[in-house]
Amino acid sequence: MARHEGRGMASVNYPIGMNLGGDPSQALIHSNPDGKFTVALSAIDLGQGMKQVSRQIAAETLGVPVEDVYVDTADSDTGPHDMGSFASRGTHRMGNAVIAAAREARGVLLEAAAEELEVNAADLVTDGRGNIHVRGAPTRSITVKATAQAAQFKQGRTIAGRGIFLLPLSAVDAETGEMNPNTAFAHACLVADVAVDDETGEVTVLRMTSAYELGRVINPRMVEQQLVGGAWMGMSHALYETPEPYYPDPAHGPRDFNEYLMPGPGDIAPYHVTVLERPAPDGPFGGKGPGEMCANPVLPAIANAVYNAVGVRVDELPITPEKILRGIKANGGVRPQPRRGGAVTWRPRDVAVPA
Amino acid sequence: MAKLPVQLRLNGADRATFVDPAEPLLTTLRRGLGDFAPKYGCGQGTCGVCTVLVDGEPQLACLTLAVACDGRHVETASGLADGPDMHPLQTAFMAHFAAQCGFCTPGMLTAARALLAHNPHPTREEVVEAISGNICRCTGYEPIILAILAAAAAPGARRA
Repeated sequence: MARHEGRGMASVNYPIGMNLGGDPSQALIHSNPDGKFTVALSAIDLGQGMKQVSRQIAAETLGVPVEDVYVDTADSDTGPHDMGSFASRGTHRMGNAVIAAAREARGVLLEAAAEELEVNAADLVTDGRGNIHVRGAPTRSITVKATAQAAQFKQGRTIAGRGIFLLPLSAVDAETGEMNPNTAFAHACLVADVAVDDETGEVTVLRMTSAYELGRVINPRMVEQQLVGGAWMGMSHALYETPEPYYPDPAHGPRDFNEYLMPGPGDIAPYHVTVLERPAPDGPFGGKGPGEMCANPVLPAIANAVYNAVGVRVDELPITPEKILRGIKANGGVRPQPRRGGAVTWRPRDVAVPA
Repeated sequence: MAKLPVQLRLNGADRATFVDPAEPLLTTLRRGLGDFAPKYGCGQGTCGVCTVLVDGEPQLACLTLAVACDGRHVETASGLADGPDMHPLQTAFMAHFAAQCGFCTPGMLTAARALLAHNPHPTREEVVEAISGNICRCTGYEPIILAILAAAAAPGARRA
């Protein structure tokens, strides 16, 4: 028996969101009488950081401290409409909607402050620390809290804003089929190094190295967190997850998510990520977002690395030891490939599985 | 069926309740005693989110009978913080972004707490072994492993 090392690479050009019905997201923002703001969204935070990113974007646009913004995603029945948290659209779509809502709310905030200070709203600026003052005259100031209270109890004004992100629907050209379904693409390249055991068919991921271009990184630690967790999920898709086949009987397959095989803490590989920032012209502060592409390039990179290691081209996921061993057998032995090129020699569907 | 009395010390406080004879400790903690830190995940001992310490040893509360804990010390993730002061493991989990959706976090913290109580300076392999009974579906485990190693290096981590 021997362990064969191989290297595989994959690149991904990933569309952010989708253009079904214009891919809309709405955001509503209002201030409370204490000068703190609530952002209502129906996009859901699954742990990916939706709330935190929306909070940062809202605070930056409103010109108030980030701790004075609360993001409420509690109820999609009563909240503003949103297409949802999928297609890697969160930062870009909801972020743009939040900016639009925050701009409108900021406009009302400054009008209310202008009325209190008896100045023109166009002359007012925020300091990001909870104060509004006349440009060039920091002493002519009022706090956001005092402004919110004046609006609520004296002026009878709601400091609120509405925002929506909506793409123009892209029609399909009848002649060419051409359409423009998207506005922003993110990019990545990932290299996987693996070792394949030619006796057991087991694949060990030795290390992964990637570069991701995601537009402006709005929260660097959360981007890193998402990329690391997503790569693990890609590894899981590539090598572990399947309801079939299980031998000698399909009844031996997983009955629930506890028995559904995924990599444990001992199966993970060192992973080095480099994040490149090329701000997107239409992104919120230039952001596009990681999302699904955290996992995407891992699958083909591992498949390519397995081929590079033992010459077996597996094109059905997951890449199980059984498929690798059948491939080695069909090839008449292990065929390590050079680092570039190499022809497809075997596909698992060409081999009949004995009953 | 007649209920049975159970007295235990939960996170340092004496508590008493009545339980069904076959009631899992997890049910008693969540429904009877109002400690929602241990989560209900699989209910069959494979996911680790219900991990608690019974007399200092990590146990799966979904598979442990409440009556078997009579007179014993039960510790959950709720007992980690000392008033406003977070446990070094909690601080390290925050610093290393070791939680995303957060559902596995109480179980991970408890498994890590048991590890550091027995082995204050674990190797990476020992950390991996200690959390191998706890499933995480968000982080890819790496931030959790790094957080536990960092907590072991921090002052005060050996506090039980």
